[in-house]
Amino acid sequence: MSEKSAITSAEVAHLADLARIAMSEEELSSLTGDLNTILANVARVSEVATEDVPATSHPIPLSNVMREDVVGETLTAAEALAGAPAADGDKFVVPQILGED
Amino acid sequence: MKYEDAVAKYDPVIGIEVHVELGTATKMFDAAPNSFGGGANTNVTPVSLGLPGALPSVNRTAVEYAVKIGLALGCEIAESCRFARKNYFYPDVPKNFQTSQYDEPIAFDGSVDVELDDGEIITVPIERAHMEEDAGKNTHVGGSSGRIHGAEYSLVDYNRAGVPLVEIVTRPITGTGAGAPEVASSYVRTLRDIFRALGVSEARMEQGNVRADINVSLRPSPDAPLGTRTETKNVNSFRSIERAVRFEIVRQAELLDAGETVVQETRHFHEDTGETSPGRVKSDADDYRYFPEPDLVPLVPPRDWIEELRSGLPELPAERRRRLLGEWGFSELEMRDIINAGLLDAIEQTVSAGASPAAARKWWTGEISRLAKQDDREPAELATPVQVAELAELIEAGKLNDKLARKVLAGVIAGEGSPRDVMAGRGLEIVEDTGALQEAVEQAIADNPDVVEKIRGGKMQAIGALMGPIMKATRGQADAGKAREMIIERINA
Repeated sequence: MSEKSAITSAEVAHLADLARIAMSEEELSSLTGDLNTILANVARVSEVATEDVPATSHPIPLSNVMREDVVGETLTAAEALAGAPAADGDKFVVPQILGED
Repeated sequence: MKYEDAVAKYDPVIGIEVHVELGTATKMFDAAPNSFGGGANTNVTPVSLGLPGALPSVNRTAVEYAVKIGLALGCEIAESCRFARKNYFYPDVPKNFQTSQYDEPIAFDGSVDVELDDGEIITVPIERAHMEEDAGKNTHVGGSSGRIHGAEYSLVDYNRAGVPLVEIVTRPITGTGAGAPEVASSYVRTLRDIFRALGVSEARMEQGNVRADINVSLRPSPDAPLGTRTETKNVNSFRSIERAVRFEIVRQAELLDAGETVVQETRHFHEDTGETSPGRVKSDADDYRYFPEPDLVPLVPPRDWIEELRSGLPELPAERRRRLLGEWGFSELEMRDIINAGLLDAIEQTVSAGASPAAARKWWTGEISRLAKQDDREPAELATPVQVAELAELIEAGKLNDKLARKVLAGVIAGEGSPRDVMAGRGLEIVEDTGALQEAVEQAIADNPDVVEKIRGGKMQAIGALMGPIMKATRGQADAGKAREMIIERINA
């Protein structure tokens, strides 16, 4: 492990919470180590990136991929609900959201 | 605390986020129809439902509409922009993220002039306008509704999930003072009118096509830094916007006066009480972990396309209002009434069809609106501008008076044909036959010697007492002006 962690165990716990993933202390500690290794490896990219290489969010030089505004095929309600854990009529059933109005 | 005292003591600053649903044929990222009605979960594709492996594709028309909105609001259009994922868990968002724009909105740095009731113009600064998608609809079931005893769950319909939205965000609007509520509602109304003029949305507030989030903060003086703001979500009528702003100003002023602090939070507006209440308190509510959407490539709107759209922009409502105000010579108040009644188009077309502006206004805002209200219909459903222009022409030509014209209009609305047809069909034309009118005048004079005496004595208003019998004798078809002339002529002879 490097002497200074790029990501702390508290940050991983926060992210796990945001992602609604319950994690034990052991899992948190192990994942923090893994993530730091990954981050350290990824950070090496910046060693070769020079100022004339702009940051990008998309590796393929492609833009303006758009479709015409024409209605296409849709699913039926039965097809839409086929994979749903629970349904009532033609709607999905989900647990009540805590604190919902 | 009274509102007047609150705004005397503190300087309110507002900020508004408006979401508008675009009137495209399909959704933002898939080819499902963008329409309502029909069964739940039928206007959906694997993309709308966020099924594994489904890939989004951008609707060109939605981008075009977003650019038009940006241009109409005087914004810069981005040379390049991209979509981003806004991550949060809520059942109406099937992907567990909303595809939106974050650091690279399609339009930014604009402004819009908002005209207040007294004619004052406020320039509202626009920070950005970005593209995103709407969520599905949750319906809460159980508990108090008693549908299933003890059960508490929600039903979800994803027909609306993925409908294209443009969100328009203002910079802080300062300097409104006590006028903050009116500025807020007038701003949203101005946007609504712009969306309609552009043809990018039906922009019906009551349908939720246009929704506003209202930020309010107070500071001790205009020189002070901005205070802590609250954001009241989804306020959906002009009146509610004004009430929500007023309520928040008073509530925050009371807190500050009591030495307490305003909590930065999301609040909900309640139509029934006119009050706001805090929303869910979640410490990580704003931790959306935005990141660039990897499934969509950047948008680089071609400059020639932007210029083409710019040159094709229609006359915007404010320009049109100024132009028509000058052409028609109405007062500001009359003009506002026309606009608020949604009669500008009808009156403009009636004038184009040959009527005088005054006559067009009189019939549309008067009798036609009255009849429409009776039947709970829109005035434009009752008569066409061409019919109204013809009616006005018949009055102008002296063939109808107002009373007869109302009967003719009733016939037109009943589907009896054009005003000319109805006039002929029902025999409503003003009696041109001076013989019949002369006879009625003679008879009225002979029957009312006392009235005639008064008129001789200079009491000209007594003429009115003769008009009744004359109108009765001619079944209301006499030209009142002509009858009056004849009476005076006869008496003074």
